[in-house]
Amino acid sequence: MATRHQRGLARLMVAPSVLLLLGWMIVPLAMTLWFSFQSYNLLSPGTEQFIGLMNYRFFLSDPAFWAALTNTLLLVGGVLVITVGGGVLLALLIDQPIWGQGIVRILVIAPFFIMPTVSALVWKNMFLNPVNGLFAWLAKLVGAQPVDFLAQYPLASIIGIVAWQWLPFATLILLTALQSLDSEQLEAAEMDGAGAWAKFTHLTLPHLARPITVVVLIETIFLLSVFAEILVTTNGGPGYQSTNLTYLVYSLALLQFDVGGASAGGIVAVILANIVAIFLMRMIGRTLD
Amino acid sequence: MTTMMRRLLGACALTALAMPAAAETLTIATVNNGDMIRMQQMAEDFTAKNPDITLEWVTLEENILRQRVTTDIATRGGQYDVVTIGNYEVPIWARQGWLMPLDQLPAEYDVEDLLPALRSALSQDGKLYAAPFYGESAMVMYRTDLAEKAGVTISETPTWAELLDAARKMTDKDNEIYGICLRGKAGWGENMAFLSAMANSYGAAWFDKDWKPLLTSDEWKAAATDYVTIMAEAGPPGASSNGFNENLALFQQGKCGIWIDATVAAGFVTNPKESTVADKVGFAQFPNKEGVDNHGNWLWSWNLAVPASTDAPEAAQTFIAWATSKDYTNLVAGKEGWLAAPPGTRASLYENAEYQAAAPFAKLTLQSMNAATPDRPSVQETPYTGGQFVAIPEFQAIGTAVGQQLSAAVAGQVPVDQALTMAQQIAEREMAKAGYPK
Amino acid sequence: MARTVTPARKLTFTILAWGIAGLIFFPILWTVLTSFKTEADAIASPPKFLFFDWTLENYATVQERSPYVRHFLNSIAIALGSTLLGLAVAVPAAWSMAFQPARRTRDVLMWMLSTKMMPAVGVLIPIYLLFRDLGLLDTRSGVIVVLMLMNLPIIVWMLYTYFREIPGEILEAARMDGASLWNEIRHVLLPMALPGIASTMLLNIILAWNEAFWTLNLTTSKAAPLTAFIASYSSPEGLFYAKLSAASTMAIAPILIMGWFSQKQLVRGLTFGAVK
Repeated sequence: MATRHQRGLARLMVAPSVLLLLGWMIVPLAMTLWFSFQSYNLLSPGTEQFIGLMNYRFFLSDPAFWAALTNTLLLVGGVLVITVGGGVLLALLIDQPIWGQGIVRILVIAPFFIMPTVSALVWKNMFLNPVNGLFAWLAKLVGAQPVDFLAQYPLASIIGIVAWQWLPFATLILLTALQSLDSEQLEAAEMDGAGAWAKFTHLTLPHLARPITVVVLIETIFLLSVFAEILVTTNGGPGYQSTNLTYLVYSLALLQFDVGGASAGGIVAVILANIVAIFLMRMIGRTLD
Repeated sequence: MTTMMRRLLGACALTALAMPAAAETLTIATVNNGDMIRMQQMAEDFTAKNPDITLEWVTLEENILRQRVTTDIATRGGQYDVVTIGNYEVPIWARQGWLMPLDQLPAEYDVEDLLPALRSALSQDGKLYAAPFYGESAMVMYRTDLAEKAGVTISETPTWAELLDAARKMTDKDNEIYGICLRGKAGWGENMAFLSAMANSYGAAWFDKDWKPLLTSDEWKAAATDYVTIMAEAGPPGASSNGFNENLALFQQGKCGIWIDATVAAGFVTNPKESTVADKVGFAQFPNKEGVDNHGNWLWSWNLAVPASTDAPEAAQTFIAWATSKDYTNLVAGKEGWLAAPPGTRASLYENAEYQAAAPFAKLTLQSMNAATPDRPSVQETPYTGGQFVAIPEFQAIGTAVGQQLSAAVAGQVPVDQALTMAQQIAEREMAKAGYPK
Repeated sequence: MARTVTPARKLTFTILAWGIAGLIFFPILWTVLTSFKTEADAIASPPKFLFFDWTLENYATVQERSPYVRHFLNSIAIALGSTLLGLAVAVPAAWSMAFQPARRTRDVLMWMLSTKMMPAVGVLIPIYLLFRDLGLLDTRSGVIVVLMLMNLPIIVWMLYTYFREIPGEILEAARMDGASLWNEIRHVLLPMALPGIASTMLLNIILAWNEAFWTLNLTTSKAAPLTAFIASYSSPEGLFYAKLSAASTMAIAPILIMGWFSQKQLVRGLTFGAVK
C-alpha cells in the first residue's frame, strides 16, 4: 500500500524523536554505568578509582534497599487501587443526572493541577500536623487523641497525598469513557430487566477495562518516580518506612554525594523499572490492539 | 518623540554615566532563616554603597540549599558567587581548594573581634576561609511561669536528671503543655546535632581511636534511652518530625515547658513581636550528666564564603565584608532593635551595653560559645574534631542515616536498643565503604 | 434519553456528588483562605473559616522577598517552550506512526515510554556535569530541552493514540479528489488533529509547570521558575502557614485557572485511545 517513498518519509518523520530520546537515554545511562564501577564521592575529589562491583554489593546489601523496594511497590499499588477504585465510583456518581455537573467536575479535577511540592507542603502543615493541623482539631473535636500521621503512618499518609493528586486524572478518563457508553445498550439491558449491579458488571465494567488499563499505565510511570512528596513530608522516615527507590537513590546522590553508589542504585532502579515496564507494556499492548 | 521617551532616554544616559565600566552581578545562595531574610531586606544599604554591584538572591530551605550548593561547588559549576555554609563544611571545603581565602577584608573589618572558637574553626593554615554571619551554641530555654506552677526550679547549670524531672512535672498534655520539646526530625543537622551533643554530655563519643563506631556503648544507650523516654512522656505529638523551626513555633505559641536548642533561638523566643511567651523565658546552660565534664560542645555558625569557581571574587568579598561587619549589626539594631542583631560572632556585640540590656541571654550565649571545645568534643579520646557533628565528609551520610533510626525510635516504631544496633551497623558499613581507618 | 429520573434520586446524587467534590477541593480552598489570614489566625484553634480579619499582608511579604514576576515568566517560558518544542518533534513522529505503521512501530513506542521510568535522580550528576560544560546551567533553554525530553514519550504516545482514531479513508478520499498535499493538510488533517494536539499541549504545560526536580536542580536564579520560588517557603523559622499559603496560591493559581478554562479541551484528548 505505502510506497517506498512514503515509507522513507515516515522514517524521516519518526527519526528526530527516536534519536533525541536515544541520546537522552544513552548518554546519561552510559555515564551512570561508568560511575557505578567507580569509587566516586563528590566530597572527596581526587580519590576516584575503579572498584568493580563494590557499589552494587553495597547497594544490594543495604537494608534500606529491600525496604525501599517494598515501599515502592506498596506506594504504586496503593495509589493505583485508591485512584482506580475511587475513580470508578466517582465517575459513576458524576455520570448520574445531577445538578451542576460542570461545577462538580471542575472541583474534582483541581488537585491534578497542583504542584506536588505545594500539595505536600499544604497537607503536611495544614492538615496532618498533629498540633496545628485541621485533622488534629477534628480529632480533638470528637474527643480523640490527635494522630501523628507522618510519624505513625508515614507511607499511608504519602499514599493518601499522592492519591489525592491522581484521583482526578483517573476520574476524568473513566468519566469520559462512561459517557461514551452506548445508551441504547443500557436501555436494552434495562428492558431485559437487568438490575443495577448486573448492568454494572456486564456492561459498564467491561467497557471500562481499556480506560482502566490506560490509567494504570500512565499512573505507574509517574508513581514509580514519586519524590517531591516524600522529600517534603517525611524525608523517607522514620527509619526507612517511607523511603522508596527514587528517594533512596536521591539520598545517596544528593545527601551523601556518593555518586558511585547512587549510580549503582540508579542502574538497579532502571533494571527494576524496565521489568515493570515490560510487564505493563504486555498488558497494555494487548488491550490496545 | 514624546517627553516620556526623552526622559527615559535621559535617565538611561545618566545611569550609564554613573555606572563604572564593569557592573557585576553577585548570586548569593542562602538559607531561609529569619536572619538571612533580614539580610536580604537590608541589602538596599549595600547596593546604595556599591551601585556597580547587583545582587541576586537564591533563598532555599536548608537541606535543598546544602544539596544545591555542594553539587555546584564540587562540580565547579560556578553558579554562585557567595554561599552560606556551616562551620562543618568550611574546613573540609577549604582543604579541597573549593573556597577562596578571604584576604581582602578591609582593616576596619576587625578580624580580631570575631569569637576565637569560631575564628579557628573557619581558618585553615592561618587563613580565614569564611566569615561568620551568626553563630550559636546550645542552651536550655524554659518557661519560668510553668516552672513556678509545677513547683520546680532550674539552676543555671542543670544536670540531666534535674532537667528531665522538671520536664515531667511541667507537662500538662490536656492543656497542650508539653514539658520538653527536642529535635526529632531525622538529619545530621537536626536530631543528630542535638543527640550528639546530648551523648557528649553523657560521656559518649562517636568513634574510638581506630574509627570504630561506638553507638552501642553504654553511654550512647543511656543518652538515647533517656531521650526517647522523655519524648514519649513529656514531648509534643509528632516529635519525630520536629526540627529547630517546628520547635521554635511550638515554644513561641507557649506549648513547650523546656526547649534545649541553639542559643540563637533565645532572640526569637524573647521577641514580643513573634513570641506569645516573650517575658516568661528563663535560660540555663546545656545540661550534663552528673560527673561528666562536658556540656555538649555545641558550636555552629552560618558563614558566608566565596567559592573558588566564582567569576566575581572581589565583589563577593566586598559583600561579605558588609554583611558580617560591625556596621551591619548596627544597621539591623537601628532598624529593628538589638534583639534582631545577628548574634554569636563578635566579641564587641557582647560588650555593648545596649545589647546586654535588650538581651538577657547575652552572657549565657557568650559563655556557652566560649566554653565549646571543638578540638576535644568528648571526654573520651577521639580521632576527630567537632562537637554536635564529627568533622569528616562522611558524617552527613552517617549522621542522616543514624538520625533516621533514632527518629523511628522517637516515633515509637522500634525500641531504642534496636535502633542503636541498626545505627551501629549503618555507621560500620559507611566507614568501611569510605575506607576508614585512614 | 428516555431513562426516567425521580427528583428525589437526582437530589440524593447531587448532594452526594457535591459533598465529595467539596471534600476533594477543600485543601485548595483552605490554602487560599489561609493566605488571607494573619499568621496567628492561620493556626487558630478552633480554625477560623470565613470570619477573620482578611489581609493582603502575606502577599506583600512574599512579593517583597522573592521576585514573583520573574519566576512566573520563567515558568511560562519553560512550560510553553518545552511543550511547543516537544510538539514540533512529536507531531511528525506520531503522525507517521499512526498512518504509516512499520513492523516495529509498537516496540518503538513502548521503548519510548519505558525511558520515562528512569529515575531522574540517578542521572542528575552526569547531566549537571554536561550542562556545566555546555554552559546550560541556569538557562531557560537548558531546562526547556530537559523537560521536553522528559515529556516527549508522553507527547508522542498521546498524539499517536489520538491520530489513530482519525479514519485513514478520509485521507485517501481527499487524495482521490486530487487535493494537493497542502490542502490535504489544511482542510482535512489539521481540523481533525487539532483537538488532540490541543489536549496534548495542555497536559504537557501542566506537567512542565509542576515539574520540581530538574527545574530546581538545574536553575539558580535567572531561569528559576515557580517551583524554586516555593522551595524557599518550606519550614522556615517561626510561624509561616499564612505566608506559605500565599506563596502556594501564587504558584498554583495560573495553572489552576488555565486548567479550568481549558478543561473541556484537555479532557477530550486525555483518553490515550482508551475510549472508542
